[in-house]
Amino acid sequence: MNLLDLVIAIPAIGFLVALIMPRAMENITRLLVMGFALLTFVVSLGLVSGFQSGQAGLQFVTNKVWIASPEIHYHVGIDGLSLWLIVLSTFLTPIAILLSWNYIKHRIKEFYAFLLLLECGLVGVFAAYDLFLFYTFWEVVLVPMYFLIGIWGHDRRIYATVKFFLYTMVGSVLMLAAIIFLYIQAHTFDYEEILAQLGSGRIALDHGTETFLFLAFFLAFAIKVPLFPLHTWLPDAHVEAPTAGSVMLASVMLKMGTYGLVRFCLPMFPNAAKENAPWIVILAIIGIIVGALVAMVQPNMKKLVAYSSVSHLGFVVLGIFSFTQVGLDGAVYQMLNHGISTGALFLLVGFLYERQHSLDIQDYGGVATVAPWLSILFLITTLASIGLPTLNNFVGEFLVLQGAAQANFSWAVFAALGVILSACYMLWMYQRVFFGELAHSVKHHVTDLSAREWACAVPLIVLMVWMGMYSQTFLPVVSEANARILDRTAKAGLIKMNPQVAKTTGVPTNAPMGGGTLHAR
Amino acid sequence: MPASTNFSGFVPTNIELLRFAPELILSAAGTLLMVLDPFFGGDSRKPSKLFGHISIIAFLVALVGAIQANSVAGPAFSNLLIVDGFATYFRVLVLMVGVFAVLSSYLYLERESADTCEYHALLLFSVAGQCLMVSANDLIMIFLGLEISSIASYVLAGYLRNDRRNNESALKYFLLGSFATGFLLYGVSIIYGVTGTTKLDEIRTFLAAPGAPLGYVGLAAALMLVGLGFKVSGAPFQVWAPDVYQGAPAPVSAFMATAPKAAAFAIFLRIFVTDFDKIGSSWEPLIWMSALLSMTIGNFAALTQTNIKRMLAYSSIAHAGYLLVAIAARSEIGTAAAMFYLAAYSLMNIGAFAVVIHICGKGEKNVQISDLAGLGQKQPVTAALLTIFVLSLIGVPLTGGFFGKFYIFRSALESHLAWLAVLGLLNSAVAAYYYLRLLVVMYMHEPGEATEKLEPLTPGLGLALLLPALGTVFLGIAPGAVVAAASAGAAFNK
Repeated sequence: MNLLDLVIAIPAIGFLVALIMPRAMENITRLLVMGFALLTFVVSLGLVSGFQSGQAGLQFVTNKVWIASPEIHYHVGIDGLSLWLIVLSTFLTPIAILLSWNYIKHRIKEFYAFLLLLECGLVGVFAAYDLFLFYTFWEVVLVPMYFLIGIWGHDRRIYATVKFFLYTMVGSVLMLAAIIFLYIQAHTFDYEEILAQLGSGRIALDHGTETFLFLAFFLAFAIKVPLFPLHTWLPDAHVEAPTAGSVMLASVMLKMGTYGLVRFCLPMFPNAAKENAPWIVILAIIGIIVGALVAMVQPNMKKLVAYSSVSHLGFVVLGIFSFTQVGLDGAVYQMLNHGISTGALFLLVGFLYERQHSLDIQDYGGVATVAPWLSILFLITTLASIGLPTLNNFVGEFLVLQGAAQANFSWAVFAALGVILSACYMLWMYQRVFFGELAHSVKHHVTDLSAREWACAVPLIVLMVWMGMYSQTFLPVVSEANARILDRTAKAGLIKMNPQVAKTTGVPTNAPMGGGTLHAR
Repeated sequence: MPASTNFSGFVPTNIELLRFAPELILSAAGTLLMVLDPFFGGDSRKPSKLFGHISIIAFLVALVGAIQANSVAGPAFSNLLIVDGFATYFRVLVLMVGVFAVLSSYLYLERESADTCEYHALLLFSVAGQCLMVSANDLIMIFLGLEISSIASYVLAGYLRNDRRNNESALKYFLLGSFATGFLLYGVSIIYGVTGTTKLDEIRTFLAAPGAPLGYVGLAAALMLVGLGFKVSGAPFQVWAPDVYQGAPAPVSAFMATAPKAAAFAIFLRIFVTDFDKIGSSWEPLIWMSALLSMTIGNFAALTQTNIKRMLAYSSIAHAGYLLVAIAARSEIGTAAAMFYLAAYSLMNIGAFAVVIHICGKGEKNVQISDLAGLGQKQPVTAALLTIFVLSLIGVPLTGGFFGKFYIFRSALESHLAWLAVLGLLNSAVAAYYYLRLLVVMYMHEPGEATEKLEPLTPGLGLALLLPALGTVFLGIAPGAVVAAASAGAAFNK
């Protein structure tokens, strides 16, 4: 049992412990859950320190038979791509618990238990290297989020949560069909073995089959991202979710989709990915612009942030399908940035909601005069979200735009419009909420941050600056993982960018992802 | 003894009796109950639990008998019966369902002040019939088993004879059921006319020979398809199911939705994937059409139901559709997948119905979905167990329902029925909508009248919930053992 197994197991154990705690001891349960979450975070930091940069292939691997026939393995491991996403999950879970401390007043133990189950599922999704296992975690994540929105959400929570569940379900059943199809071809669910077989030509997919499989995976991920026009579940789910749910949903769950695109769609079906890239990029750009324009006219703060997510994740998809190293690095970095800055936005909006019980922008005004610290933190987060240099989003957006420009200059031009628009809607919202005439209700209800709220917000702010100023902490390992994925896509026949590599198409080299052989069971 | 040598083909040997043990035990126990009734039946206002206890013991002993019988697997009674992995798998399954059915009946019978003796005796006879069905190696034996099972079920469906809904249910079930059996029998007679035998292995040998009159066999297969289609409630022969399940006493619905259906699928598999495999390409389209219709009708009709029993009835039609997909795959993997799915299906349905029995109250007043409102707050454990069943019915990983679905659609994809698998999977996404309603009502609505006054779980019902729930999770997390049993069983008589 290595550290990675612990990061998956501790939340799962915590979930069970929380469930069997008696209802009378809910305060203790809450503390206990917080303990489990913090422990998970600390252990996950061990992953960071133990991660060896420059080493090809997976690290912290565990590969054990789970079900003998059909052969399904508990195969987990991490590379530079999953490392930071896992840490993001374990980092945000304690914050989500802390920010709900006083807000959740009924069915307390279930709430915190579900947060831990969610964490377990998320880490599992980012760590799984067996397609069956991946699918298991992918679906397991749905259940706690379904309950988090449905039980502790706002007025239209039931509509939102059922919509959320069904949208995801439709996408995932098609992915399941594709997974089973791959299994029948490859006689294994193991990601690396399937990749090796695809790379060596042992599984030869004809053009139509590859396109179908690509689309089946792509649809599941695109719904999760969400890519325009599949994004309609997102504003509902975000607006209705409790703050902790919104934070986890925006910060980590959406990344499951983009992670899936990078991890599965690109390396497994490189030809189809290249071939379909043009229209996907167009959808991503439409998402960037439409998301931003719709965000601009939202009267509801949470909805505004939700649409801004659609816009920001358009950048991520654009970066992924630019098929350039910088673009992909930017995309992955942007996943993390969005997790931090949008998570912080939802958090701060949640603080405002707890004070005034309204999400409507027009109910606010002049908050800065009564809650200066809250306003300052909100301003920093807003600026980060806009992409101000020295703050995190700037780095990601810059890299994505650079990658897009390398691939096709006009893509970058259109996408850059989104950056401008984001400044418009974010600053306009900031102005209406925090400046202007002090609204009567604001004066009575809004107070400045409490110590607990400081504790929630400060780590996020620190990271925004850190990730903006010194991206070298995070980027190198991401780049290495991305390079291997791009190497794999570059070997596909269709690519034009790197003719030297393209010539080696079909030559069975060692396993493309950097050696399934290294740690074969 | 000299007699045994003279009549060696006629007088059963001990080993043959051992192979027949479960049926013997169940029939003896059923008869014993009837004899005991005058002595221990007691006052009808306070029904005796003794008969329930006896039948649980009988089921458990029969379970041991079934497993023992498997260690001496082989034919019995001039090859009329055969004990193989397949038969044992299904025997164990229906016997377990029998135990759960008894466990979930205690409270119900007490609430309705119903006689317990005949109820349990009928249950025993019905399961005996199903044991016979799944181990039969002869069309006439299959017919006998089916009739024993069905006639007992007809009576059970109308067990509360003063209840109008019970009567409607029983009559409908009886009329349509007899009609369907007629089709089956007609098919059997054509087979006999063509081949001159009713033994499954001899029919197979006959059909394998060149020049066999396959046209008539096709006709017979079509007729038997109608009869079996009715028994498994596959479209377009599914119309009876919602009315019957809704009208019958809830524990009987639970039983009817599981054990007879599993046994009917067993003979479906036994006849079609072996004997009629030769003409497989001609019945395969009929099966997949039926599968597609069942899934679609079942799921879409379930969307609008407000009565839980009726919703579960439509859902069971949809599940019959998934199972038919596995039969349409016409492969050993498909057979194993169907077997596995039937185990998962039985557990989750018994469990879901047990919750209905728990909340329905005297006279089944509370059988609307809305009657579950607030169960999550009032009885979190019951709600949590129902959640497991619902998640399994949806097909969420780590439950038996998911692994079963995965197994079935894998067999379909391997048999190049990719489009059928995709449509089936999309269907299961539709199904998620109505199953989720149960969770929504349970956890996201405030407690209503039904849940406010709810009694705590009784031990019997508690076990009937807990054991299937554990089984469902077990099948989801560690399906290995059951998969192995199903795969071994699916290799029958090839």
